[in-house]
Amino acid sequence: MDVFVQQLINGLTLGSIYGLIAIGYTMVFGIIGMVNFAHGDVFMVSSFIALIGFLILTTWLGVSSIALAFLIVLVVSMVLTALWGWAIERVAYRPLRGSFRLAPLISAIGVSIFLSNFVQVAQGARNKPLPPMLSGGITLFETDGFQVFLSYKQCLIMAVTAVLLTGFWYLVQRTPFGRAQRACEQDRKMAALLGIDVDRTISLTFVLGAALAAVAGVLYLMYYGVVSFSDGFVPGVKAFTAAVLGGIGSLPGAVLGGLIIGLIETFWSAYFSIEYKDVAAFSILAVVLIFMPSGILGRAEVEKV
Amino acid sequence: MSVAGINVLVEETRALAAEKAGVRKTLLSVRGVSTYYGSVAALRGVDLDVTEGEIVTLIGANGAGKSTLMMTIFGAPQAREGTITYDGREITRLPTHEIARLAIAQSPEGRRVFPRMSVHENLQMGAALHNGQYFAQDLERVCALFPRLKERLTQRAGTMSGGEQQMLAIARALMSRPRLLLLDEPSLGLAPLVVKGIFDAVRDLNRRDGMTIFLVEQNAYHALKLAHRGYVLVNGRITMSGTGRALLADPAIKAAYLEGGHGAPVEA
Repeated sequence: MDVFVQQLINGLTLGSIYGLIAIGYTMVFGIIGMVNFAHGDVFMVSSFIALIGFLILTTWLGVSSIALAFLIVLVVSMVLTALWGWAIERVAYRPLRGSFRLAPLISAIGVSIFLSNFVQVAQGARNKPLPPMLSGGITLFETDGFQVFLSYKQCLIMAVTAVLLTGFWYLVQRTPFGRAQRACEQDRKMAALLGIDVDRTISLTFVLGAALAAVAGVLYLMYYGVVSFSDGFVPGVKAFTAAVLGGIGSLPGAVLGGLIIGLIETFWSAYFSIEYKDVAAFSILAVVLIFMPSGILGRAEVEKV
Repeated sequence: MSVAGINVLVEETRALAAEKAGVRKTLLSVRGVSTYYGSVAALRGVDLDVTEGEIVTLIGANGAGKSTLMMTIFGAPQAREGTITYDGREITRLPTHEIARLAIAQSPEGRRVFPRMSVHENLQMGAALHNGQYFAQDLERVCALFPRLKERLTQRAGTMSGGEQQMLAIARALMSRPRLLLLDEPSLGLAPLVVKGIFDAVRDLNRRDGMTIFLVEQNAYHALKLAHRGYVLVNGRITMSGTGRALLADPAIKAAYLEGGHGAPVEA
């Protein structure tokens, strides 16, 4: 029971991060039908922006309040990463729209390689540590000498994720921009006939996806305290898996998929073997897709015409 | 005199009045437009005018290029040759969403309602250009025109019947407050009674609100009866034009589009 609760907490924390990244995959897929393979690297870039931001704030400017530093870094990282997302779409994907289906996919892989190599050259190939911050936590309960511990970091990650997802959900479901975004997703040509600027909506989708990935990047950096140029790949693939598992194109699906992947990974590590945690996550993905090809919350396309 | 007879009489009077007025300006003018899909020509030098306050219909068989013309007016795809002028301004090379902002609306082929949005949200999308400024009053207006929609406001559009979706597609187009409404085959696949309801609504929009309507139809009989003027499109070319009544009486049209074909008269 105690181990179970502890792993549940750890799994939900990790799952929150995957979920935040997965939204970017699922939204972009929903609106232009392409898998943005560079999204994981955008996440990694945001972690580096956050790292540099933290170091500037704490060592150079001497900001001592962690809460203040965190907020500034979060906002700066979201803005700069969103800019990256916008630029990538503009330079690497938009010129290929209307080209054959694989073209933007190949371009995305190119962007992915570019980003990780760019960061490797600019920042060096070693792991970059962040001085520990926000240590401590709450002991929830204790049985037989095993403490079930909820760290402040984990609280922060889950709280920030919950708040941002709620805001994001409101944006997509209730605002004119969200409606235009969903309209483009369902029928781009029709949206244009109603006066929606489709290119602009697609740009904003990339911007939003990148901003959420930036939140994940900041939280990831705080949680693990270390980041390297290659860190875009594995979390990126896991988040993509989460999006597929939840039903690609579905926003709640992306979050649910993220949580499930996070939970599988931590529980497998705790009860079986940590070396095979990724195998477990991907095996479950394979099994789910055999029985539910459109994912857990994906739509089986039955619509009246 | 039958109801149909009176209708014909009313149409004649209206057509005459429109001719007498004479000063009405041309709202939409299509000149020598050719559109290609790859290297295949779908439209070859189409000339066509729609005058303010008119109902103009374009009839033709499957694959004649009717819907292509509708979409070409909206720049999707753009015409490779020729010019399209709306309200005195050339729009041939404008992007689709900017053309929509000039108060032209389209209820396109296949209805294209947003299937995973509610009826209400679909109508909000129709009004997207006005930022909700006239939404409440326009919602009331289209609900009065199509009372069925009022009962279905919260339903997902994709789960409605074809006729209801057609009403929604027209209502959505109206929400943008267009001066020119393009309707692409509003009768396709619908029961005769539903078709009658939709055509009545179109007639109302034109007479009561003075809306200019460009109607593409396979249902030639109903369309020509409704319209002031008509054009016939064959293989991407306009082959005939004239008043609705004249075309309706034309033996060639009768043979090709009316007798034995679709849209044979069904009088209640």
